[in-house]
Amino acid sequence: MQAVTTNDTAIRLTDAVVALGGFPALAGVDLSVGRGELVALRGANGTGKSTLLRLCAGLVPLSRGAARVFDLDLGDDRSAVRRHVGLLGHRNGLYADLTARENLEFTARLAGARDEDVEDALQRLKIDGRVASTRVRTLSAGQRRRTALASLVVRRAQLWLLDEPHAGLDAAGRVELDAILRDATDAGATVVYTTHESDRPGGEIPRTVTLAGGAVVTDKPSRRP
Amino acid sequence: MRQAFAVARKDLLIEIRARLLLVRVAPFALLVLVLFAVALDSEPLILRAAAGLVWLTMLFSVLLLVQRAYDVETEDDALEMLLTSTVEPTQLFFGKLLAAFVQLLVLSVLLVCGAVVLYGATVTAGHLVLLVTTVSCAAWGLASVGTLYGAVVANMNGRDSLLALLALPVLAPVLIGASRATEAAFGSQTIDTASGWAWVALLAVFALVFSAAGAAAFGALMEPEA
Repeated sequence: MQAVTTNDTAIRLTDAVVALGGFPALAGVDLSVGRGELVALRGANGTGKSTLLRLCAGLVPLSRGAARVFDLDLGDDRSAVRRHVGLLGHRNGLYADLTARENLEFTARLAGARDEDVEDALQRLKIDGRVASTRVRTLSAGQRRRTALASLVVRRAQLWLLDEPHAGLDAAGRVELDAILRDATDAGATVVYTTHESDRPGGEIPRTVTLAGGAVVTDKPSRRP
Repeated sequence: MRQAFAVARKDLLIEIRARLLLVRVAPFALLVLVLFAVALDSEPLILRAAAGLVWLTMLFSVLLLVQRAYDVETEDDALEMLLTSTVEPTQLFFGKLLAAFVQLLVLSVLLVCGAVVLYGATVTAGHLVLLVTTVSCAAWGLASVGTLYGAVVANMNGRDSLLALLALPVLAPVLIGASRATEAAFGSQTIDTASGWAWVALLAVFALVFSAAGAAAFGALMEPEA
């Protein structure tokens, strides 16, 4: 089947196969995600959620099928998409000997963001004040996760790919993260994240795609409570 | 070059915080100089070998600095963050090269001072320009090769020993050229100043070639494995 990508489509995967060490981590995924959409990926461990994110980030090669992100063909050149992507993996991608603020300032310099963006992100993720001036090495796991998320906020990427972003956050942090993801999509970004979280009561439930055996098994649209 | 300066600034800030150069590399390098002095135990021989010993020590030290420069990128997957950002691979290469160059300059000043104190080497005012140019070109060459080969082994197991095995043979021309030019700068009887400058020219060409090769190849070398 030929992949058709429109300007409103951020991600279009058609029978996408990714083999890692000979093992098909993705075994024929069909998925289309619109621009500005919020999508939660669910599934048991080892079902291909992280690989799907890494495929969309251009970090793993497509073995078969078609994959386009922002109209860029990942089969032709998977590096071109990376400048549009903000990826948060299982690890935080931070420099342990720099403070939280210095990590964000580095991200801002690379992205051409302003100093005010750094301060806004620090406040938004509640890592301002003393915590911002503390070396990442000595921060708690939750504070490190918040710093990594603040770094994504500063980047203002078009496509957010988050691998279990709620992990390590306290209850308030999870609610705050949900709000940040909503704000990102409201601003036009596309957000795809993996989660093992239960749906929070009272909150809007995002479109939920469930993977099993490296393929999409269910795709439920978003719904309001 | 905005992104390259940002990368260099970040690497140097991490170095200032972690103090690898101050606490581990510089003491190691000075200790090697002392041990060479003790082992050779002959003033004419030490004077003759002073320049070579300085650059041999620099060669070993660059491996430690480069390993550290890539360890900070891989220990929390910061490299993936860099790859999925707007930073150009060329800018990333020159940023890391610049940070390594600055650290090597600091180290070379320490080692030349060490050679003066421990080996009795002398640098006249007339030879100072030759020495500074030699150190600058050789440090840039060392930093270029170190940054390039550091990227080659960054994601490999056993990268510490691999880096030494791959980079040291390539760095042999820097060792030879810098040693000969520094010998001339130390006022050795065995090589004149004009020959010293000829060796500096070789060092400059080497630095340029590996800077260009690194800039061209860095993107492909940093490509993540499947």
